[in-house]
Amino acid sequence: MKRLGRVPYDRGLELQEALVAQRRAGGVPDHLLLLEHDPVFTLGRNARPENLLFPAEALRARGFAVVETGRGGDVTYHGPGQAVGYPILDLAPDRCDVHRYVRDLEEVMIRVCKDYGIAAGRVSGLTGTWVGTDKIGAIGVRIARWVTSHGFAFNAATDLSAFDLIVPCGIRGRGVTSLERLLGRPVAREEVEDRIAGHFASVFERTVAP
Amino acid sequence: MADVIMPQMGESIAEGTVTKWLKNVGDRVERDEPLFEISTDKVDAEIPSPAAGILKEIRVPPGTTVAVNSVVALIASEAEPAPSTPSAARPAPPAPEPPPPPVPLPALAPATPPAVVPPVEYRIEGELPPALPAPAPPAPAAEPASGTKAATEKPRAEMTAEDLRLNRSSPVVRRIAAEHHVDIRSVAGTGIGGRVTKQDILGHIEHRSPADETAAAPPATDGPDSSAPPPAPLAPPPAPPAPFVAAPSEVPPPPPARPSPPPPPAPAAPSVERVPMSPIRRKTAEHMVLSRRTSAHVSTVFEVEMTRVDGLRQKHRAAFLERGVRLTPTPFILRAVVDALKAFPILNASLDGDHVLYHKDVNLGVAVALEQGLIVPVIHRADEKNVLGLARAVHDLADRARAKKLKVEEVQGGTFTVTNPGGFGSLFGTPIINQPQVAILDIGTIEKRPVVRDDAIAIRTMCYLALTFDHRLVDGADADRFMARVKQVLQEFDEAAL
Repeated sequence: MKRLGRVPYDRGLELQEALVAQRRAGGVPDHLLLLEHDPVFTLGRNARPENLLFPAEALRARGFAVVETGRGGDVTYHGPGQAVGYPILDLAPDRCDVHRYVRDLEEVMIRVCKDYGIAAGRVSGLTGTWVGTDKIGAIGVRIARWVTSHGFAFNAATDLSAFDLIVPCGIRGRGVTSLERLLGRPVAREEVEDRIAGHFASVFERTVAP
Repeated sequence: MADVIMPQMGESIAEGTVTKWLKNVGDRVERDEPLFEISTDKVDAEIPSPAAGILKEIRVPPGTTVAVNSVVALIASEAEPAPSTPSAARPAPPAPEPPPPPVPLPALAPATPPAVVPPVEYRIEGELPPALPAPAPPAPAAEPASGTKAATEKPRAEMTAEDLRLNRSSPVVRRIAAEHHVDIRSVAGTGIGGRVTKQDILGHIEHRSPADETAAAPPATDGPDSSAPPPAPLAPPPAPPAPFVAAPSEVPPPPPARPSPPPPPAPAAPSVERVPMSPIRRKTAEHMVLSRRTSAHVSTVFEVEMTRVDGLRQKHRAAFLERGVRLTPTPFILRAVVDALKAFPILNASLDGDHVLYHKDVNLGVAVALEQGLIVPVIHRADEKNVLGLARAVHDLADRARAKKLKVEEVQGGTFTVTNPGGFGSLFGTPIINQPQVAILDIGTIEKRPVVRDDAIAIRTMCYLALTFDHRLVDGADADRFMARVKQVLQEFDEAAL
């Protein structure tokens, strides 16, 4: 496990790419990167910039980076207070099942919530970890020859208002939540990372070397 | 020629979407070189080429979703027309016989799959059976990988129905079967293609007597043709995927070959076009459903006479045009809504956990239909604007929304939404609340209708206004008082408010 603190999104991508290559070559063991990002909207390959609803310049003017990434799908937000986990795991030979992998990531976040007395669960058909109708943990994964990258983003103390900027219809507030909002008190991301590391180790049956 | 097929990326995965081709037709590819990318369930995966050669044909364009094991491309080996090298050990081995062409899966609800799901051949890839330590009874069975591979590699034509069914049952089912000494072949499957689901096996175990259980022979010694109920034919909706529990401890050995079963019916020609949802569409879908789950939606409908508003419009039309604004009925209705929201602030509120937030400003969202979806720009402090100001704001926001020139602030902070589907003749609709607001007003078509006035039938310009409100916070009486106020303001519109 590596705890990287605050990392710009592109730097995070580079780190992952390097680790994936090494992992595939067998040069390094499985890794779990834990970090938070500077405020950034990431666009999957299928998302076009105009789907942000606002010109990228307008968002940049407000201090948000806008980055197109190699993962598929949607637009999402990362920022301070959000515990981001990038597992670089070789799922072969015994865990070659992407559904299982995603369910396992959800399980890690569900257990973290449980530590804080919050009952989180899954919503059928909607990937992620949910508390009621609000999403607390998001998942976006890339797998190349069963080596994983990208991963999950758990809202510990995320500024949720940033999600407004990527939601069409002006519908806001609902749909995302954070530990901090649910508990009504400040939550340190580092403390949440400890919990994530512990549960990750048990769900994935790995030992965590700090 | 080697087939490139859509690989099965997990036990319960029946289809995948090609997102990108990393090679063009005519390009040379090495075996194991990344060839294309797919996505399933928020997971993107890079798929290596099953063989070396020239990419001859791409059958599935990016954005298309096809069933697992569909052929997505062809690779000509370099010594063409020499047969391609066997590649059974590849993650995506070519199908033993040409699988059905990539029939796009229609985007239908899962309730109707039998007719539309192409025959998904469920295969266990050599690398798929997990070999996790599992708390299951020690099994004398063959080493899993080789056992299943042997079954999988058998040419399809030689496989029996039992073979197929065995290969189609999940590890969970096989484990349960092993623990209870049930021969899976004796269980009628209701899953896709006769697959034995977890429900099937549990139901089977539940319904047999304890004596049966002890008497049942272990799977390894059970004859292939036990006096079992006949297998169910291609059966109805696929059961929900069994949750992944643990790895199988054993896999029954492949049963002896039997006469070939009749081939499955060929899939009908595709009559449905399958198109991926745009991100804005998916977000909208997600939020509509979330709103439905969040609020207790109730609607109330009022009929409002628009004769006075119509008169004022005619009277002031020219003056407004001089100031560059086309005067429609919408700003009149917005003005009436602002007035009523001031009188009934509960409709201008929102819920935050156990607390009610009363918003001091009236920030009116006005839904605008765009080509790619719906957007709701907000007129901030609408309570400080007269009809002229509201008219200007509506046109300005709508124009800039269509030109994608809105500023971030301009879709945020709405406290109440008005939607005007107008133009198509809808009498009224019952819209979904724009979270976290508590009400939304729908403007029906405005037209002349016969109405009763002073016991006579008269022709009047009429309009239905429908309010959907969140009954968690707003009672019917509040909503109706609010609507009565809107109606009154419109019917007795104060010329000074223009």
